[in-house]
Amino acid sequence: MKKASPTLTPPVNSRKKAKQRFIKKNWAFYAMVIPAVLLFATFHTFPALQGIYYSFTNWNGISLEYDFVGFKNYLHLFKDKVVKDSYIFTFSFAIMATVLVNAISLVVAIGLNAKIKGRNFFRAIYFLPNILGVLIVGFIFNFFFTNILPTIGERLDIQFLMVNILGSEKYAWMGILLVVVWQACAFNIILYLAGLQTVPGELYEAAGLDGANYWQQFWKITFPMIAPFFTINMVLSMKNFLMVFDQIVAMTAGGPGHSTTSISLLIYKGGFQGGEFAFQSANAVIYFLLIMFVSIFQLKILQKREVDM
Amino acid sequence: MKQRTNWPVTILITLGSLIILFPLYMSFSIALKNPQELAKSALAFPTVFRWENFTRAIEATNFFNALKNSALITGVTLVLTILSNSLVAYAVARNMHKKFFKGLYFYFVSALFIPFPIIMLPIVKQTSALGLNNPGGLILLYVVYGMAINIFIYVGYIRSIPKELEEAAIIDGCNTWQVFWKVIFPLLMPINATIGILTCLWAWNDFLLPLIILSDSAHATLPLVQYVFQSEFGTDYNLAFSSYLMALAPMVVVYLFAQKWIIGGVVQGSVK
Repeated sequence: MKKASPTLTPPVNSRKKAKQRFIKKNWAFYAMVIPAVLLFATFHTFPALQGIYYSFTNWNGISLEYDFVGFKNYLHLFKDKVVKDSYIFTFSFAIMATVLVNAISLVVAIGLNAKIKGRNFFRAIYFLPNILGVLIVGFIFNFFFTNILPTIGERLDIQFLMVNILGSEKYAWMGILLVVVWQACAFNIILYLAGLQTVPGELYEAAGLDGANYWQQFWKITFPMIAPFFTINMVLSMKNFLMVFDQIVAMTAGGPGHSTTSISLLIYKGGFQGGEFAFQSANAVIYFLLIMFVSIFQLKILQKREVDM
Repeated sequence: MKQRTNWPVTILITLGSLIILFPLYMSFSIALKNPQELAKSALAFPTVFRWENFTRAIEATNFFNALKNSALITGVTLVLTILSNSLVAYAVARNMHKKFFKGLYFYFVSALFIPFPIIMLPIVKQTSALGLNNPGGLILLYVVYGMAINIFIYVGYIRSIPKELEEAAIIDGCNTWQVFWKVIFPLLMPINATIGILTCLWAWNDFLLPLIILSDSAHATLPLVQYVFQSEFGTDYNLAFSSYLMALAPMVVVYLFAQKWIIGGVVQGSVK
């Protein structure tokens, strides 16, 4: 039998080997991700699946027994007036807020991007609402609508403002819209400003020489150049506003009646306090499908438009 | 060619900023008055500063306890998030050519489309069954839920780092863990700052998750305390507003000093 001779590997070979060992089957990479995957599956995927599971039962969230009821919860959802109203409220609110926030933010961002005094100072001021707690801001505005605005209304003799609008079934949504816009603009302004700063100044000079006015410059240069930022802002704001919760808790708690009950608030209230665990789980499933559909739809449309421009 | 200052826009921007500052002025004005002065006028500049409202609010809401809870939860969440999420993202980013890791990437990122309410009802049952209805459980959820967006941001950044540095480290005898902690992690500092800022803002200001997870009122965070406080002493506005301002103050102070970083971090996090 031949004895294996001890070999002294030349340095070049050992380097190659080290690299190969690293690339071939690197268990360390698996060790890095496996705990995270397990935790994510346990605390995110599993409860989401559980939610779907419960949506086919009649569980009230407390009792020990429950039965399968098939699609009964889903059928009831479509007949339930409170549910229907919450979808109408949430979607019209989200659309209005998205349009308002993006329009205002774009205008302010253009202003901040102009040659103004103290730009960094103002940028810091306009971003301030973004770092404040949503709930507390809601409480502050609650006072404004309940106590300040009616006083102003009386002084100026404007009938509409004399009563607390948060107490009005018809107009309470306006109060919530205002606080949401006040706070959400902060984030959108900063993002649009970042977008505007990527537009090279020479483009405007050239357009100016060609005789384009401000309006034309905006639509032909600015807007196409910041299209990706427009996409991000539209998708993020729509998604955030569809989930509106804190502001409503702080201002109207969903009332008067259920006029400002958003979908997430309804799921929270009905699920935890109303004994509708299974029913609201079904509601959450529908809500999830709608949010996914809206986000993908927006991304598709807006990205297509980005390419076209 | 140097342009001249655009005064009309400067004036409009100044007026607009008053709309931002007005609610904060109003809060100060109310917090520093007594009920009689408030009844006369809420918006008039306070003639005497009633600082005792703040001392009363500190006692009534047990402010320092809530501050401690918020700081602890945010701080630990921040550290764990940066250490763990960057590590996971590194493994994913460097193995995107493998089906398993690519699948993982999409698994984490697709969670961005899943709205919280679908998880909300079951997670409450689950955390209380596992004894996680406390700050520890809350921190765990923040770290886990943050992964969806953080891995998206980290992976984008890590893929832009050239592999040569790692290869050199491997030749020097580092194993994969050492490569990450000694070579990659120090390079991630700019994006760690972004993730850190986003995580802090989220954990500090979040209301819904503490509301449903924390069962013991002694563990309540600052926003949660305001909520409880509001329903208990709702009409003592001077006290309430002192309390709101104190709850907002820590973040505002941080913002005053780190304003550029915070704005930069938020922009980085969204544009990625």
